[in-house]
Amino acid sequence: METMTLEKLAENFQAKIDADIKIEPNDWMPDNYRKTLIRQISQHAHSEIVGMLPEGNWITRAPSLRRKAVLLAKVQDEAGHGLYLYSATETLGVSREDTIDDLHQGKVKYSSIFNYPTLTWADMGAVGWLVDGAAIMNQVALCRTSYGPYARAMVKICKEESFHQRQGYEIMTNLMNGTALQKEMAQDALNRFWWPALMMFGPSDAESKHTEQSMRWRVKRYTNDELRQAFVDATVPQAELIGLTVPDPKLQWNEERGHYDFGDIDWDEFWQVVGGNGPCNKERIEARVKAKEDGAWVREAATAFAEKRKMRENQ
Amino acid sequence: MKSNEWPLWEVFIRSKQGLNHKHVGSLRAPDAEMALQNARDVYTRRSEGISIWVVQSALIVASDPTEADALFEPADSKVYRHPTFYDLPDGIEHM
Repeated sequence: METMTLEKLAENFQAKIDADIKIEPNDWMPDNYRKTLIRQISQHAHSEIVGMLPEGNWITRAPSLRRKAVLLAKVQDEAGHGLYLYSATETLGVSREDTIDDLHQGKVKYSSIFNYPTLTWADMGAVGWLVDGAAIMNQVALCRTSYGPYARAMVKICKEESFHQRQGYEIMTNLMNGTALQKEMAQDALNRFWWPALMMFGPSDAESKHTEQSMRWRVKRYTNDELRQAFVDATVPQAELIGLTVPDPKLQWNEERGHYDFGDIDWDEFWQVVGGNGPCNKERIEARVKAKEDGAWVREAATAFAEKRKMRENQ
Repeated sequence: MKSNEWPLWEVFIRSKQGLNHKHVGSLRAPDAEMALQNARDVYTRRSEGISIWVVQSALIVASDPTEADALFEPADSKVYRHPTFYDLPDGIEHM
């Protein structure tokens, strides 16, 4: 094969993207495409893993065996999703352990939502309904992303996550059919999680430094603001149906646009939490580091056992 | 692979009797037995399979995507291997 110039390779690459042909691990890709994907997919993986913590917090205190089994299954799914995504990251030529250490050393981020505490049982409802709802909105769009391994992981994840949102909404619905105190608890959870859920879509399009290039590469198929609007439009009627009030005085249906108008997001809060100063940032990373350190002997023992068995088989 | 990292395994699942095993993803595990057990937990949480294969990724030999055109050209140029290549008189059935 003739050696292609970098320019020609880049041109062929973009032509494939424009024709909606997926990029696979061994295909040529621009360095920045690779870097963008490593950043995005590893952040996504970390979000799944750190996302186990706020819900793990309630497994032992779930109010019934049914709720406990459901929450366990959901948290186990998040672990699985993290693993699919770490595998996808590895196809780009980075080591899994380095990726995880980058998280532990604060070099890479995860979804800011998981830096908020889960204070009451109703938060399990709000997290499933809103946080998984927002994640699904984002992930359904990513099923068509241009990198093959990422797109395939997203298809699996979306299939599995549809129950996550439903179980959360079911918790909220049950609370809203309950006593005054239970209703108050559900409303309080919505009040605390509504704005952070909207922030999950990331900075506004005007502020997002990655969006334009990511759209050209079809890593992203919709902008942050488009997805945020779709989430608001889908979620507000769900809140109203069970008697919850969305904590936004500016929220109003706009007949002309065919969308809800909503109030301004507190971007200072967003950047504070992303920057490491949210209510639980420190605690989350500490928990992950501890899990890795405390599990080290198990990994070492498994390696030693595998080596010992191999030696015996070879004798 | 870093020395302290477990080997990477590719996972193949037969979803039901009569179908072939299909690649579903990969995982890391210290040995084949653990790879199978982990594959069960990671890739078949919803009855996706009745049989699992795991193969160390390092053992897979793959064709080079940059040579795909040359490699598959012989197939592309032989249209007469497909039934639609042939002219048949009108009214012919069951052929």
